[in-house]
Amino acid sequence: MAVGWTCAATLAHAQKTTTQAIDEYREMLQDGNPAELYEMKGEELWKKARGPKNASLQQCDLGLGAGVTKGVFVQLPRYFADTNQVQDLESRLVTCMSTLQGIDPKEVVNGQWGKGERANVTALATWVAAQSKGMKFNLPQSHPQERVAYELGKRAFFQRGGSHDFACATCHGEDDKRIRLQDLPKLTGNPGDGVGFAAWPAYRVSNGQMWTMQHRLNDCYRQQRFPEPGYASPITVALGVYMGVNAKGAASAVPAIKR
Amino acid sequence: MKPSQALITAASVLALATLAGCAGSNGAASSTPSAAELDAMAQQMVQQSFHDKGIVKVSQALATDATLKACNQADVSGTPLDAATMRALEAENFKTIQWPADGKYLGDWKSGEKIAQSGRGRTWTDKADAANGGNCYNCHQITKEEISYGTIGPSLYHYAQAKGVSDPSSPQAQEMVRYTWGKIWNSKAYNACSNMPRAGHKGILTQKQVADIVALLLDPKSPVNR
Repeated sequence: MAVGWTCAATLAHAQKTTTQAIDEYREMLQDGNPAELYEMKGEELWKKARGPKNASLQQCDLGLGAGVTKGVFVQLPRYFADTNQVQDLESRLVTCMSTLQGIDPKEVVNGQWGKGERANVTALATWVAAQSKGMKFNLPQSHPQERVAYELGKRAFFQRGGSHDFACATCHGEDDKRIRLQDLPKLTGNPGDGVGFAAWPAYRVSNGQMWTMQHRLNDCYRQQRFPEPGYASPITVALGVYMGVNAKGAASAVPAIKR
Repeated sequence: MKPSQALITAASVLALATLAGCAGSNGAASSTPSAAELDAMAQQMVQQSFHDKGIVKVSQALATDATLKACNQADVSGTPLDAATMRALEAENFKTIQWPADGKYLGDWKSGEKIAQSGRGRTWTDKADAANGGNCYNCHQITKEEISYGTIGPSLYHYAQAKGVSDPSSPQAQEMVRYTWGKIWNSKAYNACSNMPRAGHKGILTQKQVADIVALLLDPKSPVNR
């Protein structure tokens, strides 16, 4: 993985040079983020009449009223009275697609990354999230279920398991740690603007895909040697609340670009 | 459970929150469930959220033993385990260590380096019969030559020197040789809440693989000690 970067590094001060090279590589990537293509697709999907009910999503309430998209991302996950659930951006989009357009949630929940209705949710989430770019995270914690979700997310974060005893906290519990050369944000507090929770959805150069937070968590759990969490399952939403509340004050860089 | 049920049952977990809140201790407008109630809800959430995939089964992956349970609780509460509890858990883990049947602690350091480099195995995208890696470089500096290393664990470069071992076959080195084997076999025998996997205890690595990593760390010819 690091071969391309390390070749450029001189032996003297190799570590520092490698880190600098990676920073330059990342900076280079910022020009022309392919995430823009997903944003365009998402905006189109938001406005287009689709599904058995042949309706658009323009009446979807993402937390700040029907049709409001600016600012909603930095306040999600949050409690929704109509479903009596705490929901993240993706599970809320699935609800709107179901109620407004008549699209079966199973098409997303049982779907595959990058395909069909799940790919549509990825595009929608990218566009909606991008409307809050630069805004600071400030998740509501006024509803009892939002506070309970935070506590459940905290328990999920510290849960060791799988064959390797890994928890989220194993890699994301301390400042300034790395796996190989990959920096790891500490997610028990605010890791900074555009880092950790404030960086997803992001375009991943290494596999040429747009990854949402659901996708990011899914692959974290895979690498943790855990079983697979269901799409928008309670633990993924609770983890979103825990990380999102902790990230209070961090500016969103979404859609970001990653290696 | 099937993934299709996940979205539907999300409601039941969080609806439970409201009930638990009503049953709060002082009967007043308490909306915060107790820590024990939250623990029970978290367990239910876990059961509803995960499903078997590939070689990873929910029943095995999420079966926490006494060590993990105690360490998880300590992390959630923010109160570290007391020394006596730590020692008791470490003693339990120590009992699980299988020492080399042939008394040979050091294998081949070259093979150990390959195992240390590999992070493969035991994910839901891995095959059951694939050789597992040790994941060592993900968290540790080991040789000077490999600059792509993680920092979650301490640097192991010049490990033998740091542990005072110049000849691993000498009698005075045996305690440290045994410690190195034991630490890889079951890290929790020496630090109950260590971040390090229990490579032998959990069947991630074979006895031969453990011996090869011990050699990587302690063999005077290994690049770790040059």
